Amino acid sequence: MQINENNKEFKPLIVAFCCNWCSYAGADLAGSSRLSYPANVKVIRVPCSCRVNPMFILRAFQRGADGVIIAGCHPGDCHYTSGNYFARRRMTLLFSMLDYMGIEKGRTRVEWISAAEGAKFSATMNEFVETIHNLGPNKKLEDLRCKE
Amino acid sequence: MQRISEEILSKCRALLEDGTADRVMGWENGEFYYDVTPAVFTKDNLDNMIYDDFCASNQSKYFILESKKEGKIVALLKPCDTYSFNQLLKENRINRDNVYVLGIPCDGKIDVQKAALLGIKGITGVKSVGDEVVFETIYGEKSCAKKDVLFEKCMSCKGKKHMIYDALSNEEQEPETAIANEDFGNRFAYIENLEHMTPDERFDFWRGELSRCIRCNACRNVCPACSCLTCVFDNPKSGVDSKANTDDFEENLFHIIRAFHVAGRCTDCGECTRVCPQNIPLHLLNRKFIKDINELYGEYQAGADIELGMPLTSYTKQDAEPSIVYERGGNK
Repeated sequence: MQINENNKEFKPLIVAFCCNWCSYAGADLAGSSRLSYPANVKVIRVPCSCRVNPMFILRAFQRGADGVIIAGCHPGDCHYTSGNYFARRRMTLLFSMLDYMGIEKGRTRVEWISAAEGAKFSATMNEFVETIHNLGPNKKLEDLRCKE
Repeated sequence: MQRISEEILSKCRALLEDGTADRVMGWENGEFYYDVTPAVFTKDNLDNMIYDDFCASNQSKYFILESKKEGKIVALLKPCDTYSFNQLLKENRINRDNVYVLGIPCDGKIDVQKAALLGIKGITGVKSVGDEVVFETIYGEKSCAKKDVLFEKCMSCKGKKHMIYDALSNEEQEPETAIANEDFGNRFAYIENLEHMTPDERFDFWRGELSRCIRCNACRNVCPACSCLTCVFDNPKSGVDSKANTDDFEENLFHIIRAFHVAGRCTDCGECTRVCPQNIPLHLLNRKFIKDINELYGEYQAGADIELGMPLTSYTKQDAEPSIVYERGGNK
């Protein structure tokens, strides 16, 4: 990531993996309801929160993301019946491992946001960007070769 | 010096002669006395087979391919190997009909590197006498306490009971209970130490360890749980096969993903740490996952029960949310 040298202000880059069936629609609703969320959030649409491979998250960090958030359907509401339950176990283990490796707490997050929760989407993203802003740039996970 | 007990050898010979099996998978001597290597034997060369305190490798993974060949093979499995074998059976990787499991006893295996650190070199023979090991070397006889030269994986031995077998080479030695080892209960002690460090200290610890990684893939190749035909790390387009040993996250990524892919299936056999040429304590990553699974989803020992569901392919509606990682006490 290019940190803007001109104004020296840290603008975090957030990657949000959003489930097609709920959180992505939630983001749409936030847009059509004219609720704002920061432009630092780059949304990647996935068919289900359990589609998110741990490698995606680590790769995003390597290539310059400062925070990664996974947004899926509320437990029990998965379009594929049980995908988010599996995602929940996997992400718990992965986050614990990242913590064990000494990565700052809070750089990764899982939120359950339904298609009707545009306001929650907007609020979550605002809050997450704020958290990452306070944590500062991601130094520990980046890969020098991936820097432009 | 006789390098294999007469019991094992005669049982294998009987199995080959009465037509139960066609081949035996065991160990043979390599270039040096302590340098043993896995090998397949038939009736003709069975006399070359050895089994002593240097035969540490977990052979379970070989039976994925060996059980697909024609004819039956005798698998010599130590108690801890039977967990891996069971796990592979559970995943339908091994054709059980083609494998005859002969459970062999194990009293802990000797790490020749640890022996060398104690000044024991030029080994030409070894025997265990109680808690002591006596080495015959070209410089004369030397002895030391066995616990000082055991492999890391033997320091937290799961127990002496075979989880699966068709026959045992020594039935009198078979214990009643599976896990009855004090050291096994203490296996998370080092992880707890790490958890009580600050994140920066942990980060420095892991960067220090993992920056030594030369990406030889030995840990991946030896792992009995890691048995995909095509590995994510073999994909040249992914860019992870490059060997840049710069001060960045690449090595950490490889090892996190390697451990993650066997999470819930890792039997804690410790082969990754044993084979690492750079002596990276890789079992600490796998064990962290085991510890988390035990704490969050209930005690689970992969390979112990062939029927039980696996933690990452099952769920309950009351599972903890991922934010628990940031909330709970243990980790600072």
